Amino acid sequence: MTLGETLERNGISRRGFLKFCVTTASLMALPPTAATAIAEALASARRPSVIWLSFQECTGCTESLTRSFAPTLENLILETISLDYHHTLQAAAGEAAELAREQAMHANQGEYLVVIDGSLPGPGSNPGYSTIAGISNLQMLEETVAGAAAVVAVGTCAAFGGLPVADPNPTGAVPVSKVVRDKPVINVSGCPPLPMVITGVLAHYLTFGKLPELDEYGRPLAFFGQSIHDRCYRRPFYDKGRFAETFDDEGAKKGWCLYRLGCKGPMAYNACATMKWNGGTSWPIESGHPCLGCSEPDFWDAGGFYKALSVPTGNIGGTAAVAGLAGVAAGAVGGYLSGRAKKDARTAHRKVTADELEQKL
Amino acid sequence: MMTPMDFLLLVRGPLFVVAVAIFMLGFGIRLVEILMLGRARNFAEPRGSAMLGGFRTVYRRFSPDPGTFERAPFDVVIGILWHVGFIVALFLFIPHVELIRKTFGIAWPALPNPMIDAIAVITLLALFAALVQRLRDPVKRFLSTPQDYLVWALTFLPLLTGYLAYHRMINPYPLILGLHILSVEIFLIVAPFTKLTHMVTAFVARWYNGATFGRKGVQS
Ligand code: SF4
Ligand code: SF4
Repeated sequence: MTLGETLERNGISRRGFLKFCVTTASLMALPPTAATAIAEALASARRPSVIWLSFQECTGCTESLTRSFAPTLENLILETISLDYHHTLQAAAGEAAELAREQAMHANQGEYLVVIDGSLPGPGSNPGYSTIAGISNLQMLEETVAGAAAVVAVGTCAAFGGLPVADPNPTGAVPVSKVVRDKPVINVSGCPPLPMVITGVLAHYLTFGKLPELDEYGRPLAFFGQSIHDRCYRRPFYDKGRFAETFDDEGAKKGWCLYRLGCKGPMAYNACATMKWNGGTSWPIESGHPCLGCSEPDFWDAGGFYKALSVPTGNIGGTAAVAGLAGVAAGAVGGYLSGRAKKDARTAHRKVTADELEQKL
Repeated sequence: MMTPMDFLLLVRGPLFVVAVAIFMLGFGIRLVEILMLGRARNFAEPRGSAMLGGFRTVYRRFSPDPGTFERAPFDVVIGILWHVGFIVALFLFIPHVELIRKTFGIAWPALPNPMIDAIAVITLLALFAALVQRLRDPVKRFLSTPQDYLVWALTFLPLLTGYLAYHRMINPYPLILGLHILSVEIFLIVAPFTKLTHMVTAFVARWYNGATFGRKGVQS
């Protein structure tokens, strides 16, 4: 059954569908004409098989995807794919579930998409830290990805390691891209990622049969091309130097910039500021909390959440004082030594008379 | 392999501490050693206040005397331009003030970012003009040592990388931000051991001059 037929059966109007296509096109910064292409491609697409693997994660990414409000683009896109394996969402359990995964793999060799949330114990670490049906994450990843067309790492854990990788990384966790080398990997980071970003990437793949343009971190540029800071509506306050000092002071009430409260917006690349959360209701900075930079590598270790971005993470004040004192002490010793040398030189200095000089000549 | 974020965390963390420690240690040694050398005792009766005279000269020497200006207007104007620009960008840019506030607990109002941006451009141009002049003027070129060029580069780089970071002209952002911080750290580490020490010693020397004048009751 094609997607067009599925939608029709589910009572989704042609108009609603086209609206989705137009939004998707504009979100991905494609020309308006692309909407028609997307519509055509999606309508006639066969539902591609998607296998969703969950490793060391908190299910927040799946929550993000499913807690969107109906009727939404996210729901729509879920109709367009055939989610053949997803721990949290599937009814089957145990061996039956694993069977579903294997069947999907065999039936769609070389064509299915693998979506992963969570990082996994790396090749060098104890596989027992995370297993599913007795299979280690690493083994499951390798055998599932072998026949895949592409891999989508959803969430910061899958993309960059996220919380499991945070110091001291007890499970030896690694992101997906460290293990998957021979298949395209697209990183949809965020803790969790915006639902529209997850579905947008899938829609792009369904429409064009290839992955969108990526940034240095393998993230789709359409969604991660601009920093939170550059799109933040509090930016005029930042530029003028108006800051909230605490979460409930006058500045906070007036909606001033949250930089001093630790906002990582200047280094975070995500679409929160434009797409917003909860069906476009609001987003973290709008609700008065600094951006934590959840879409960036080393998110959990990148300095304190509530320390301004420009503040060094080490103990500068104390070290500066100690080093200064040590310098003064060393300088005093040096000064004393050169003073003594001066004095010695003075005492050792022998006055020469003109006569003596004459004699020397 | 080190990712740009690892790099940023390194320069924001341990490396910064090391740089500041070397800076403080180096300047501690240099300054105290100079001060401890002392001066021969002056037995003449003082005719004015050494203290006041010292501070007066520190202040007065900020404006060039007419002779110097007539002889080398370019050096005076460009020199003032980039020194002031550098100091303003260093101390009146919001993230820098924030750094000082969190580290030393003192803070002051900052300038709006677009102004700092403009000042940074002027400073960069002035520094560049100073370099061109140094290379083109035969006397200056002859007098220049490798250290002069090194110090020029170490002054230019923090401004350049800061500008590039502010405008996000190099990706990924943690890389250029990290490079900016690194360039500052190199500056801090090298400062006590090159002619960059003048950022502290110039004031000491001027004060000393002025103090002598003050004691002798001479208007500086
Ligand atoms: S709140 Fe954060 S993202 Fe917004 S302008 Fe301030 S620093 Fe930038
Ligand atoms: S505002 Fe920042 S921390 Fe919050 S979800 Fe967006 S990128 Fe993540």
